[in-house]
Amino acid sequence: MKKYLLKRILYMALTLFLVATITFFLMKLMPGTPYSNQEKMTPQQIKIMNQQYGLDKPVWLQYIFYIGGMLHGDMGTSFQFSNQPVSYLISSRIGASAQLGVQAMIFGVFFGIIVGSVAAVYRNTWVDTTATIVSIIGKSVPNFVLAVLLQYYISLKLGWFPIADWGGFEYTILPTIALGVGPLAETARFIRTGMVDVLNSDYIELARAKGLNKFGIIYHHALRNSLIPLVTLIGPYTVALMTGSMVIENIFSIPGIGEQYVKSIQTNDYPTIMGVTMLFCFGLVLIILFTDIIYGIIDPRIRLNGNED
Amino acid sequence: MGERILDVKNLQIDFHTYAGEVKAIRNVSFHLDKGETLAIVGESGSGKSVTTKSLMGLLANNAKIVGGSIMYHGEDILKKSEKQMQNIRGKDIAMIFQDPMTSLDPTMKIGRQIAEPLMKHKNVEKKKALAQALEILKLVGIDHAEKRINEYPHQFSGGQRQRIVIAIALVCYPEILIADEPTTALDVTIQAQILDLMKELQQKIETSIIFITHDLGVVAGMADRVAVMYAGQIIEYGSVDEIFYNPQHPYTWGLLNSMPTLSSTDLEAIPGTPPDLLDPPKGDPFAARNPYAMKIDAEEKPPFFKVSDTHFASTWLLHPDAPKITPPDEIVRRQAIFAKMQANAN
Ligand SMILES: Nc1ncnc2c1ncn2[C@@H]1O[C@H](COP(=O)(O)OP(=O)(O)OP(=O)(O)O)[C@@H](O)[C@H]1O
Ligand SMILES: [Mg+2]
Repeated sequence: MKKYLLKRILYMALTLFLVATITFFLMKLMPGTPYSNQEKMTPQQIKIMNQQYGLDKPVWLQYIFYIGGMLHGDMGTSFQFSNQPVSYLISSRIGASAQLGVQAMIFGVFFGIIVGSVAAVYRNTWVDTTATIVSIIGKSVPNFVLAVLLQYYISLKLGWFPIADWGGFEYTILPTIALGVGPLAETARFIRTGMVDVLNSDYIELARAKGLNKFGIIYHHALRNSLIPLVTLIGPYTVALMTGSMVIENIFSIPGIGEQYVKSIQTNDYPTIMGVTMLFCFGLVLIILFTDIIYGIIDPRIRLNGNED
Repeated sequence: MGERILDVKNLQIDFHTYAGEVKAIRNVSFHLDKGETLAIVGESGSGKSVTTKSLMGLLANNAKIVGGSIMYHGEDILKKSEKQMQNIRGKDIAMIFQDPMTSLDPTMKIGRQIAEPLMKHKNVEKKKALAQALEILKLVGIDHAEKRINEYPHQFSGGQRQRIVIAIALVCYPEILIADEPTTALDVTIQAQILDLMKELQQKIETSIIFITHDLGVVAGMADRVAVMYAGQIIEYGSVDEIFYNPQHPYTWGLLNSMPTLSSTDLEAIPGTPPDLLDPPKGDPFAARNPYAMKIDAEEKPPFFKVSDTHFASTWLLHPDAPKITPPDEIVRRQAIFAKMQANAN
């Protein structure tokens, strides 16, 4: 198990390095410069600025400096956000994003499991049909459309929650829903399929033959077994939440990483683009490792094989 | 034998399908006495599993009970609510399934799986239930039970898993144990061990067994009585000796003929296929495959003719006016043994 983990961590480092490299060079290919009013600047000024930010050096040298800095935990200084270190920018904004992401995940997975289970238990009835329609809508309506609809109807018309901005818990509700509906729909679909299979299995028949009631059968036997395939979704969820956050944070003016990322791309703020990309990438590889570990916890068959390695 | 604990009368079950109503069980009657083992044998699709599932109230959603009754302790099981059935299942009537590889929950420790019926039916708290589970696990012959009780199903072999399934079924000391082809999925040597275990536990726990199989070979050592099913009907029933050594229905002859024995080397599977239960024949359902079929077989269903107090068969060959025919050699040989047994008994 230790050896296995070590190997995985090595691969993670390699992945991060490759992503850093590719992003760095791709970013340099983006049109434009970091200067928003370049027309008004004299060539002299531009030269000084380039020197200051190290942009006068050849790209390969910049790359080596960047990677070198990264290895020391230095992600550089933002061009745009009042020259703050990227690490500070990220750490000051990660809280809002993380809270939103975690809330959306919990909301989506929790209600997804409920909707999917109910649909499976009452399969081929109107309940099932309704659940299916809901998850198709949830999957196909883009989250920014949903976000705007929620803002319009729930905030503007009904006035239940703030329309945007970031404050107490009530500010998080609409963005959480907008961000979480995608995962909810996906979870519901997955759980329904998984649970229909499980409910037709022999061990469920045996559970019925024991005299367990419906709840006991679902709760003690069917649910855990249908949760296993769900674990494969954790990776895609994370991606969905990360990309979703860029849009949702902008719409709801949430001071999070996603919002910052979009701005940094718009302004060619190279260090921030790199920093946030690396953060997302790190999050993703970590989640993938975490997924494999969760698998072992939830499914005893895999746990044993892991130990034997 | 002891008192009658189960009495099935004229059971009729249809399944609603897109193609029409499948008449899976057509007027089945049988009974079970305390402490005995009744074997129900028949080819695949003859309705064995449907019959036993109806005893447990575990029929598929598309099943419809058209008629009949299943009397258990003076009450009709078919009239009970799902809630009432939950109190019977696993406590009074328990079941062992065919495939031990798939009938245990892969994500639950086996101890908990065995303890579950106790917690449900006997109101035993978890710790005590697990202690009792350990006892029964030892009883079914799992070595190092103290350690293995905390393991998961995939850590056991097929034979061990079937022992665990048996432990689950017996943990509440049920009055009736239904075993639906409990050894079909196992190796021959393991089969014998599991059958021995069932017999041994039947003595200890004093349960009655309904033993389902399509293999007459395993019946001989197991059962007290045998009912032979064909196309949703019981066509012959009697004591194990009567069915093995004095069979009367040509279908029973066919089954015995297709069974490997020491003296017969040429096995003959019964030619042909069972009738379509969407539209079952009105006469003897076996007529189309029966080399001894008479004209009346196609027209009218034969009633049960009495062979002895315990032995009945539904074939026109037993009608007083039927022509005398000679059964296959193997059956003649068996009937000779039966005559000797009768003579010895008197
Ligand atoms: N849910 C169902 N819907 C439609 N037909 C069914 C259903 N369940 C069983 N049947 C039909 O009922 C008949 C009897 O099935 P059953 O499972 O009792 O056979 P069996 O004797 O147990 O056979 P096997 O030895 O293969 O287990 C078969 O023709 C089967 O196709
Ligand atoms: Mg069957």
